[in-house]
Formats: sequence, structure tokens, C-alpha cells
Amino acid sequence: MTHHNLLAQEADVPADQPTTGPWWDWAFAWEILPDMLTAFVQFTLLVTVVGTLIAAVLGLVIAILIMVLPRPLAWLVRWVANFIRMTPIVVQLILLFWAFLWLDALTIGIIVFGVHYATYMSEVYRAGIESVPKGQWEATTALSMNAVRTWRRVVIPQALRSTIPSLGNYAISMFKDTPFLYAIGVTEMVTLAVGEIGGTTFRYNEAVTIAGLIFLAASYPTAVLINRLEKRLAYAH
Amino acid sequence: MPTPTDPAPAAVAEPAPASSAEPPVIEFVDVEKRFGDNVVLKDLNFSVRRGERVTLIGPSGSGKTTILRLVMTLEELTGGYIYIDGEPLTHQQRDGKRVPVPKKQQKKLRTRIGMVFQQFNLFPNMTVLENIIEAPIHVLGQSKKDAVAKAHSLLEQVGLPDKAEAHPTSLSGGQQQRVAIARALAMDPEILLLDEVTSALDPEVVGDVLNILRQVADTTNVTMLIVTHEMAFARDVSHKVMMFDGGRVVEEGHPEKIFTNPEHERTQKFLSAVLGES
Repeated sequence: MTHHNLLAQEADVPADQPTTGPWWDWAFAWEILPDMLTAFVQFTLLVTVVGTLIAAVLGLVIAILIMVLPRPLAWLVRWVANFIRMTPIVVQLILLFWAFLWLDALTIGIIVFGVHYATYMSEVYRAGIESVPKGQWEATTALSMNAVRTWRRVVIPQALRSTIPSLGNYAISMFKDTPFLYAIGVTEMVTLAVGEIGGTTFRYNEAVTIAGLIFLAASYPTAVLINRLEKRLAYAH
Repeated sequence: MPTPTDPAPAAVAEPAPASSAEPPVIEFVDVEKRFGDNVVLKDLNFSVRRGERVTLIGPSGSGKTTILRLVMTLEELTGGYIYIDGEPLTHQQRDGKRVPVPKKQQKKLRTRIGMVFQQFNLFPNMTVLENIIEAPIHVLGQSKKDAVAKAHSLLEQVGLPDKAEAHPTSLSGGQQQRVAIARALAMDPEILLLDEVTSALDPEVVGDVLNILRQVADTTNVTMLIVTHEMAFARDVSHKVMMFDGGRVVEEGHPEKIFTNPEHERTQKFLSAVLGES
């Protein structure tokens, strides 16, 4: 085993297993690529996309509830959200996996990622809502707009404008957290690379590198997209 | 409930039509407003008749803007009563106690009141047209067709007929304030509150905005409560001027009298400071 492979240190290398071969094998890389892409789309991407949608919607709901609920209830919501945010996502994955054994691991994963990141996003939304000038609220009162119209037409659209970059960053962050799904037995891309491919062939370099490149290839355009969206949402001054 | 009626010396502005049977459009009874320990308004009593245009003048911090904000229910009334068309706006007396009025009643009364702000407060995420038609459609229940037609005629009136699709941030301050006036008028308010509407504007566009308001005053019967530092405008359009200091009315009367022959020393001092006379 070469010293490059930190991830592989736990694997027991049988004495008779040859550990020779080139540091990088193109043919092997080519061979494992389809499986890795499949795992990426099937798990990593699915959890990220659905998880982000849940987080974006639930985060907004949490932020609004904290602002509109009567005080004791608002405190309860805030406390629960803080609790979720302050505990590691791996712990939540494992606990919920064992608490809801009848649900499949992928569903648990999506829910945990969605809810966990919702608590982060709710803070972003809260800041966005608080950044809407007081005069905007006063104008809605002066026009007798009801609470629903006020939120829907005035506050949320203006709050979102300043939150898009942070929400996007949390989406990317969630994306990079998906390897934690390993803890509940979901063979997403990194688990496949390290556990399945690396564990059975004792070749890690190709799989881990490909996994990293796929992450980069997906994150970078997303970041660019968020940047563009942010610019489009900014008002012309 | 003292209802100070103006003895109205020879009028520059036409006197408001008053019918004795009709309750005042706005009536303040023993109004008190405090922010924490800071008493901003105290024992304030006055009333405004239908179609009357009243200007509040006085040094900053004298509570003028707070009065408008109380009428618009942007501030909580800490003592006393405000009546709109004879109905209590925020609190009423029941069994000798001061109790809040039902939210529904407050909302109903509030639709009769419009306000134009110093900082315009247009919705930057909507076009000019959307700003104007939002409340007529969703609060008053007008059809979109009617609301749009009315919005276009109001934009014509404020001199911005080609700005319907523009976004507020692309407009100058003066243009934004004209849109804000159109937006308030689109609700057909009985009462229009003007809170230092020219204070945030460049000097050269102040005249345009004031001319539009003069025209509104001339062509409608809307009751106006005005806070302004534009004394010439106050003199032109108002039926009554009230001078405030320290949360109390120091002097009130016909603008001609207040501006040319103020009785109270405080008013004399204030006016000479504002008008730059010595």
C-alpha cells in the first residue's frame, strides 16, 4: 500500500495480494466510470436535489413561523431548529435510521439532509426577511394588504434576493456532505469508490480521484449558475 | 370632546364643506402617545372635517409625524381614542374601560386612509403598474381591467404616462414619489396622509410633486393631513394650520393668520427660523 492512500489504511492487505501495478491505470479508471456515474446520479444527485428542495421550502416555513407565531411557540420552533443545527448530521442519520427501520435508507437520507439544512437555511431567510426595510412593511399597512399578500408579494420576493447566494452555498455544502450516507448503508459515489471498488480491488487512486472530479464538475457550474441568478435578481441601479 | 372649529377669516383656500350632522372624518380625543417613558403626544384633542386640509407644522420631534402614523395605525396608540368617520380606529370605551377594537373593524376603517411617505416606499420587486394595482385588486376587489385603466389615468395625472412598465429603482426620486401618490390615490382614500413627501427630493423636483398635490386638492374632496416644511405649499392648500411643540398644539388657525400674524411666541420663532426671516 502506498502512502498516498490515507483512506485505505484501515483495509487489511492480505500478504499474498500483489500491491504492484501503476499508480494510475487508465483502463481501470475507464472501466469503473459508468458505475460511479450511476451511483452519483442515483444517490448523490438525488439526495442533493430533493434535499435542497425540502430545505429551501422548510427553511422558509421555519423562518416565517418564528416570526409570526406567538412567543412561546416561536421559541419552541427556534429551539428545535437550533438543536437540529447543533448536532452532527451523521448522528441524525444513524438515529433516524434506527428509529424508522421501516423506511428505506435513501428516504431517511433525503429527509435528514433536507431537515438539517432547512435549519441552516431558515437562518439565512431570517436575515433576508430582516433586511427588508421597515418602510416596505409600512407601505403594505398603508395599502391595507393582508398578511398573506404582504409576505407573498412584498417580503418574500425581496428577502429571497439577498439570500440566493447563501442558499446556493448551503446546497453545495449539502452536496459535499452526501458521503455521510455511508453511515446508513447507502452506497453513494464515495462509498462506492472507497468501500466497494477500493475494498475489492485495492485500487483507490482512480476511484477516489474520479469521485473528486465528479464533485468538482457538478459544484463548479452550480456555483456559476448561482452567481448568474444572483446578478439577475439584483435590481438595476 | 372639544372640537375646535375654525373661525376662518377670509379664505385663500376654499373652506371645507361642513355638514353639522356628519361626524368629523378624523377625531383625536385625549390622545397620548409614549415610546417607553418618552411622552411624544399628550392630551391631544382635535378634529378634521370632511374635505378639510390640515397642515401640521412645528420643530422636528414635536410629534407631527407620529400623528399621521397613529392615524395609519403604524404606531400603537398608548392612550385616548381616534375616531374615523365617528368610528373608533384602535380602541373604544366599553363598560368604562378602554378596550381594543376588533381587528376587522380596524382593517375596514384603514382602507379609507392612504399615506404617502417621505421615502416613497414603492415595492422595488414590482413594476410601477403592479405597485399601483396590487391593493385595488386584492384589497378592494376591483377587476384587473378596471384597476389597470385607473392606474393608467392616474399615471397620466401625475405626469408619468409612459412609466407603467418601469421598475421603481429606474426612476428618479421625484418620479418615484409621483408613483407613490398615484398608488395612494388608486385606493380612492377618504383621507390622505402626506408625511414630509418632498423632504427626500432634490430641490428642483419639489415643485412638480407639490403641483400634483395642489391639483389633487383642487379636483377632489379628499381630506388631507399634511406634515411639511414647505410653508408656501401649506399656505396654498390648507384650510387650517396647527403648530406643534413638545407634543401639544401651541396655536392653530387659518394659514393666512398663522403665517402673517402668529399669536404665540413659539410659532413666531419657528416661522422666522423656517422662513429665514429675522
